[in-house]
Amino acid sequence: MDSEADSGAILAVENLSIAYKTRKRLLAAAREVTFDVGPGQTIGIVGESGCGKSTVAFGIVNFLGTNGRITKGSVRFEGQELVGKSQKELNRLRGDRIAMVYQDPMAALNPTVRIGVQLYEVLTAHREIRKEEARARSVAMLRRVHMPDAEDMMNRYPHQLSGGQQQRVVIAMAMLNEPALLIMDEPTTALDVTVEAAVLDLVEDLKRDFDTGILFISHNLGVVARVSDHLCVMYAGEVVEKGPVGEIFHHPSHPYTRGLLKCVPKLGASKSASRLYPIPGRVPAPADRPIDECVFAPRCDYSTEKCTASRPDLFDAGDDHIARCFYAEKVKRAGGSPLPVQKKRSASKKPETREDGLSCKEDPLLDVENLKVYYEQESGSLKSLLGMGEEQFVRAVDNISICLSKGKTLGIVGESGCGKSTLVKGLIGLEEITDGEMVFLSMDVAEPVSKRNQVVIREMQMVFQNPDATLNPAYSVGRQIARPIRRFKTVKKEQVYGEVVRLLQSVRLGESYYNRYPRQLSGGEKQRVGIARALASRPDLVICDEPVSALDVSVQAAVLNLLLEIQKIFGTSLIFIAHDLSVVRFFSDDVAVMYLGQIMEMGPAETIYAPPYHPYTEALLSAVPVPDPDAEQKHIRLSGNVPSALNPPSGCRFHTRCPRRKLLPGNGKICEIEIPPWQEAAPGHHILCHIPLEVLNEFDAVIHAA
Amino acid sequence: MTVNERTSEFVDLQPEKAGNIQRMRDALSILLASKTATVGLVLVLFWVFVALFAPILTPYSPTEQDWMAPNQGPTWRHPLGTDELGRDLWSRLIYGARVVLVILPVSDRFWIPGGTAIWGVAVALLIGAALGLISGYRGGWLDEIIMRLLDAMMSIPVILLYLIIVAAIGASAVNVVIAMAIVGTPGIARLVRGLTLDIRTRDYIRAAETRGENTFFIMFAEILPNAKGPIIIDAMLRVGYAIFAMGTLGFLGLGLPPPSPDWGSMVAKGREFILAGSPWAALWPSIAIASLVVGLNLLADGLREETMRYQ
Repeated sequence: MDSEADSGAILAVENLSIAYKTRKRLLAAAREVTFDVGPGQTIGIVGESGCGKSTVAFGIVNFLGTNGRITKGSVRFEGQELVGKSQKELNRLRGDRIAMVYQDPMAALNPTVRIGVQLYEVLTAHREIRKEEARARSVAMLRRVHMPDAEDMMNRYPHQLSGGQQQRVVIAMAMLNEPALLIMDEPTTALDVTVEAAVLDLVEDLKRDFDTGILFISHNLGVVARVSDHLCVMYAGEVVEKGPVGEIFHHPSHPYTRGLLKCVPKLGASKSASRLYPIPGRVPAPADRPIDECVFAPRCDYSTEKCTASRPDLFDAGDDHIARCFYAEKVKRAGGSPLPVQKKRSASKKPETREDGLSCKEDPLLDVENLKVYYEQESGSLKSLLGMGEEQFVRAVDNISICLSKGKTLGIVGESGCGKSTLVKGLIGLEEITDGEMVFLSMDVAEPVSKRNQVVIREMQMVFQNPDATLNPAYSVGRQIARPIRRFKTVKKEQVYGEVVRLLQSVRLGESYYNRYPRQLSGGEKQRVGIARALASRPDLVICDEPVSALDVSVQAAVLNLLLEIQKIFGTSLIFIAHDLSVVRFFSDDVAVMYLGQIMEMGPAETIYAPPYHPYTEALLSAVPVPDPDAEQKHIRLSGNVPSALNPPSGCRFHTRCPRRKLLPGNGKICEIEIPPWQEAAPGHHILCHIPLEVLNEFDAVIHAA
Repeated sequence: MTVNERTSEFVDLQPEKAGNIQRMRDALSILLASKTATVGLVLVLFWVFVALFAPILTPYSPTEQDWMAPNQGPTWRHPLGTDELGRDLWSRLIYGARVVLVILPVSDRFWIPGGTAIWGVAVALLIGAALGLISGYRGGWLDEIIMRLLDAMMSIPVILLYLIIVAAIGASAVNVVIAMAIVGTPGIARLVRGLTLDIRTRDYIRAAETRGENTFFIMFAEILPNAKGPIIIDAMLRVGYAIFAMGTLGFLGLGLPPPSPDWGSMVAKGREFILAGSPWAALWPSIAIASLVVGLNLLADGLREETMRYQ
């Protein structure tokens, strides 16, 4: 590997070690990282948060801040050594020969400067070029990244663009000088799945045309599987495995890689047919990382005394594939796809025998009908100030009917802005509902939480998304769980402590956590405490608003397993909101797909993920990054942006972006005029679409596993 | 503080003594990690110490006059010298510190613990925090009314406001406290409102709401404890300003009524004799005010920097 570094590679990183100076000591953040990037090649770096992925990326261009420094190793870029170069010399390279794209496009663009100026500045800063020419090239590049109205875009400000468009502009900016190396640090993490898919397509596309080497950093295995040729798996600052993408996915040779692959639900996997295997423990903090042992040993199933006695060398697994493990051979033989391979579903397979899943005939716990949550939009015009303007409403949730039976899980999926969070806020009473009926435990609950009956409050609890905000930092874990117990007098006063301990144990945290404070817990632990707190009043219904989306995948699996187990023990019903379709599929009995405040398709989970699909569901599924480089996936990309909920499209709300409407006579004229009917594809499976079921039935399944 | 007692609704079965000691130790280590904060702490502790033990640290009463020795420089008998009436400056200085930091004289005979400056800030904190919490959490028209009223108060220059209030209700220690509370309230209310606006968007507040907690509980038990860091630092700075304000009022003759030892009026009296060759009577209280205010500022700044780095 090293010998070819000078010959072909654009970037050769060798034994790179990076440390940060803290008040106490020097902390190693990356250790002996070695890899090459060749022209036109994409190297993916995966790993969980805190594994040093970004540190390596910043280290290459020496953006380490005042307290970070490279302690060892070399970074050779086009033959010249970058380590030791002054910031001034590096400045000439950065933005010219080496370009960068970061996670948050809004932070990469200057909000007060027009897009056009920001673009051609990149050119004028690095070379002698006339302004007109720079401008022309900027417009051409915007077209190249498939921006509509490129000329017009030049005069806009960043906030006038959608997130996906902003990221396209950032990519255009990076590509303007035709860099030899493009570093992308989680470029799609902040984007919705359909937008993400389009941006990844663009990256593929550019790679083909420009011969640029790409260093692609992501925590999402599906995303790297789609774009990378080679993969580096990082753990606790070390590259633990490296090799061609197919090799790594099919023959992972490091236990960590294997663990990562095992802990994400595959698209289409369900809780009854498969299970998730979380990696126990968490990534050690830089200060706790052993120097002469295997860093992964404490969390590893394979570890023996040998692993803690000395640090494993790189094991050559053949085909350019290496892993830092004593037992790489053994792990490799254990096979890559530890999930039970799903039997291929035939479209004709009948879903489980259920009479009618969503119209609530048996044992309804929650029955919502025609729920509407509108926000009044205050326009700044003089007319409206004088009270003469028309009142405008953001229809965040418009006419939604759902039903949930006891002990079941309802999953709600949709992209950001589809109204799924507003829906749950309406359900739990944090948002005043505009219209509709809501019956919970045979009681009318169509009112805000402050007016609700104590029983209703007790029986409906919520788990929140952000683990860092879900617990009050001022109180110990025990107190926070005890509070709802006291408040609802679930148990006698003397038994409160015992009850808290019991809850802590049921979320796999011991009594020792009672006196800890939130800041002493990891993200996954905080989320568990949040779950314990929600369960403390022994509710019938727990609403989970993206409970795992802020967690690392290995921890995510543990929390999902925990929720499943709890549901089994307590018989709690769950409403589970997520944007990750594989997680929702894995977790839910019934699924509702939301778009722009309305439900487009709902039914038992297995029917949603197999044809017939609603065209929107089909597009969503085809955009999901699948952690399998060989899987064949349909290629459907939605054009345009999600329309404003202030003025939703007439007829079918999806008609402005629907790729399937041309199947209807007159190019889908009817979609613009009439609200589509609910068609029942199978018992309990409903699709809101004009296209006849027979046609929808003919669509192929979106994903074929290789 | 009184406000924090509300949190006792979160009563715990398990005593948390060990945790408290640990937290104190943590706080101290944060303090000592910063040189700025350490210097500030030493200055402040010096004044608190002499104020607490004033009766032991001097044989003289602050009002005892010695006609034989007016306007003296430092001597063995009077370590800092005497004023124009022959009163011992050291004793007046530390009894002055006592009024600022340790006791609040309510009448000639009766006093309550807690210095005038401390009480002024504490009362302002109580009212300001309550108003800020209500404004920030409830929002809407209530917020508008409260904030506009406070804006109106803030538009009057501080010194003028002090003069108006003290002139209207008379010069006494308690009235100085009232004046300081009125002047300090708007600033604290704004600070707390800002913190509340941020904290109320957190999920744990949502969690409390979905639990059906009442507004009062959410404001004082859920929001306030998380705002206390910046509030404490702000309060330290405010004690500094309050000492300054006391000095100003005293200097203008609106502080504590004579003959009680008051740093501001000491400077005012001593000022007349600076050119006559005895600057001591004006010098010492000036240094006292300066060192105490600077000390508090250093302490607050160091603490703020250090806690930020700590996070």
